[in-house]
Amino acid sequence: MAKVRTTDVLKNLDLELVSGEDGLHRPITTSDLHRPGLELAGFLDYYPKERVQLLGRTELRFFEKLPQAERIERMERLCDDETPAIVISRDLDIPEELIESSERHAVPVMRSNLTTTRLFSKLTAYLEKMLAPTTAVHGVLLEVYGVGVLLTGKSGVGKSEAALDLVKRGHRLIADDCVEIRQEENDTLVGTAPELIEHLLEIRGLGIINVMTLFGAGAIRGSKQITLNVHLELWNSKKQYDRLGIEDEKIKIIDTEVTKVTVPVRPGRNLAVIIEVAAMNHRLKRFGINTAQQFTNKLENVIKSEPDSNTDYL
Amino acid sequence: MVEKLTEVQLKTGLHARPAALFVQEANRFSSEIFLEKDGKKVNAKSIMGIMSLAINRGSEVTLSAEGSDEEEAVKVLAEFIESEEGHQ
Repeated sequence: MAKVRTTDVLKNLDLELVSGEDGLHRPITTSDLHRPGLELAGFLDYYPKERVQLLGRTELRFFEKLPQAERIERMERLCDDETPAIVISRDLDIPEELIESSERHAVPVMRSNLTTTRLFSKLTAYLEKMLAPTTAVHGVLLEVYGVGVLLTGKSGVGKSEAALDLVKRGHRLIADDCVEIRQEENDTLVGTAPELIEHLLEIRGLGIINVMTLFGAGAIRGSKQITLNVHLELWNSKKQYDRLGIEDEKIKIIDTEVTKVTVPVRPGRNLAVIIEVAAMNHRLKRFGINTAQQFTNKLENVIKSEPDSNTDYL
Repeated sequence: MVEKLTEVQLKTGLHARPAALFVQEANRFSSEIFLEKDGKKVNAKSIMGIMSLAINRGSEVTLSAEGSDEEEAVKVLAEFIESEEGHQ
């Protein structure tokens, strides 16, 4: 199923449809755009026909200067069966030849009142957003001290309860139970809630509660970049849990790696505090302060520099 | 892993109450169970996830399970959504 079609661009960018209505269902597969200046001049060896084509003042002025026969031929070549759309900026007049070719090949021609550069960046931003890879993850997304924390773990391990505790402590809820994740450029993961369950939290025994009406507008947030994954699991006495915190474990969501901390759950462990500290510690590491690393360095120095004094204690 | 494509026959679709029953049913199994609609995949043991899909009557969904009781889980849950009233 195509994620974006020409008709979506028409609606969302407030464009005016001029001709080629039959092609509005065409899929757009890339966020790259193309200004076919060289193609209008006759160089069509590398024409990227699968991209949205953008014609500005320069291209159209040049086009006017071409002889009639060439004008018809060039527009015939531009209106390819694969081309999802041809967009004209600055509300410029559209050449007859383009309208005729576009109707013949069902390539939508649309017009905007924006300048070419503005239109270019707006179109790119829209297409990048819509074409970004997405996934849905079972978990809770919270903002804790400014860090986007994705709580994961099996059903019934206490994710929502920990989330309630954190919200009560002044942190923010983005999504409970189902987090929609979009990978934006330069490897950032942004999580949001599916619209239907926005602001809601399900607590066993209480049912569904609305965090915004209960705790106020400060307790929720629309979307947040995910930088830390805290995985909750029932305490397994046979498993080794990280005691030092030197090595960072990672999980991969879509194509992006996120730091993962596995926290065992046991009655009497205050999860909210542990998650708060995990978030703060993650921040510290990003500021370049790694306690575990500093401690091991110090220990190493002591062991190295005082070979004799070590034995004094014995 | 067991997978099954099925059509929802529940009169009201997976409305809040049937969804709660469905999740209760899913939680009886130890397998990991997922429900997928239009490329969106959610954990079948989480009520919020199921409700976020807003599944109506006639929608096509894929049930999948992985674990020791996967066969049984998919069978029972498929019967649930293929029935009109939501009980087996």
